[in-house]
Amino acid sequence: MNSDTATPLLELRNVSRTYGGGGGLFSQPGTVALADFSIVIDDQQPSIVAIVGESGSGKTTMARLLLGLETPSSGRVLYKGTDLHQLKRQPWAEYRRNVQAIFQDPFGVYNSFYKVDHVLTMPLRKFKLTRSREEEQQVIAQALRAVGLRPEDTLGRYPHQLSGGQRQRTMVARTLLLRPRVIVADEPVSMIDASLRVTVLGNLLQLKRQYGISLIYITHDLTTAYQISDRIVVLYRGRVVEEGEPDQIVNRPQHPYTRLLISSIPEPDPDRPWADGELTSEDEALGDELELVSTGGQAVGGT
Amino acid sequence: MQPVLEVDELQVHYPTPRGPLRAVDGVSLSLQRGERLGLIGESGSGKSTIALALMRLLKPPAQIVGGTIRLDGTDLMRLSEDAMREVRLAQIALITQGAMNSLNPVIRVRPQMIDAMQAHGVHMSKSAWDARLAELLRSVNLKPEVADLYPHQLSGGMKQRVCIAVAVSMRPKLIVADEPTSALDVVVQRRVMQTLRRVQDSIGASVILIGHDMGLMAQFAQRVAVMRTGRLVEVGDVRQIFANPQHPYTQLLMDSLPSLRSRAVAPLASEVVA
Repeated sequence: MNSDTATPLLELRNVSRTYGGGGGLFSQPGTVALADFSIVIDDQQPSIVAIVGESGSGKTTMARLLLGLETPSSGRVLYKGTDLHQLKRQPWAEYRRNVQAIFQDPFGVYNSFYKVDHVLTMPLRKFKLTRSREEEQQVIAQALRAVGLRPEDTLGRYPHQLSGGQRQRTMVARTLLLRPRVIVADEPVSMIDASLRVTVLGNLLQLKRQYGISLIYITHDLTTAYQISDRIVVLYRGRVVEEGEPDQIVNRPQHPYTRLLISSIPEPDPDRPWADGELTSEDEALGDELELVSTGGQAVGGT
Repeated sequence: MQPVLEVDELQVHYPTPRGPLRAVDGVSLSLQRGERLGLIGESGSGKSTIALALMRLLKPPAQIVGGTIRLDGTDLMRLSEDAMREVRLAQIALITQGAMNSLNPVIRVRPQMIDAMQAHGVHMSKSAWDARLAELLRSVNLKPEVADLYPHQLSGGMKQRVCIAVAVSMRPKLIVADEPTSALDVVVQRRVMQTLRRVQDSIGASVILIGHDMGLMAQFAQRVAVMRTGRLVEVGDVRQIFANPQHPYTQLLMDSLPSLRSRAVAPLASEVVA
């Protein structure tokens, strides 16, 4: 994944993030949310990297670090080779435009007192991307059509008048307006009804193919990660346990956690029963451990 | 053989200024002893309303305005509230997504389990309770010591296991499980569902599993009922539904299933959502 020739667009280099344990007199040792994590987004070749993990894996911490919403406890977050906090005014503005986010609940991004148009016109005006109102309307309509929405059904409405799928697709359209280089998407389809999920995933794939935008797709759902990504990174308790090409991860998983994850996915096929002889007793022992995650490690679980 | 559950033309309405909203609009279904039925549909389709109607736990203004619900031949609608209270847990048990939050976090597991059974007239000595709770907890893969812990010391999966233990404590004829694992991670979800399956089988209870995850239905249910806007649009054997869905809505649900078997998502956006 690392390009030897050019400086990567975006990079986490040996990043760790610890919470708590401030070092005060009575402080507990801190919780490691993310440990020694590295990722490189190439400047030339767009790609979709899926970060797959369950609750407590550190995947959202990683997203926040990439977006500059969080500072690392150690390691570096680099945009075109420069530490985020050392970026000068101009490159910082460029970073803010080039690295965009899509979150799980698109409703939170909308202001319910404004029509949907607001989230679309705002970025255009902020970054001065259009010269006239007519051009503005034209560009917006184009972006909405690109994600399969009819401008006349979308514009002029309030956020609550759109379905969850329409709201999320409007967010994808908004991102399109900005033409960023990278999108960090944290669980973008998990709140959308199943029948619309595939469509939004298709939109995300289209961003890469048609517009050359890289995607960091953060999810608990290995199935959708497998569908759209070029590379999968499996996180478990803040650490990378396995990474590779989707086919390799799904069909030849090496780490017990990955095996456990894959065989726990309920296949929509009555003739492919769950964990059908694929799990060893060590794998299931790890499952016992997993269920105890939030009990502070007390050994009182499965027998 | 007489079905355990027979629902006939069930109608549940919510009165609104513009006339009644038909949340459940003439639903009929039956369940054999020990059978596992999946009830699937998207948010707002009325599936959870059916669960509450079966328990007679609908809150006003929701109202059952028509139809019958028979459990082993008894018409539940004709029972007094006292008689219905006897039926709940003892004959029909409900496990919900938020069941684990129905445990009081500051009371140990033991008295909460005992309370549920005592409310149904079970009384025994301390040592007999110890043995009964240990047996119930083991049946859901928990160690007996869990009885002495507070719910806040348990993980989500462990709490849901305690709820299953309570649900089967009176050996009910029917377990209604309304998205019991949708708050759990996928590994824990599988393990909890496999536990539910095992205990259901061992006491011979029937189960209605309510949800929107087709994968979960394929893994758990023998028969599947598909719901849309208050009506059942399709009911059939799970293999038949997955192999050959009849209703356009069921077909849509099937077509939109990503799988680990093939990478089929297309980067197309031409299709316009109405």
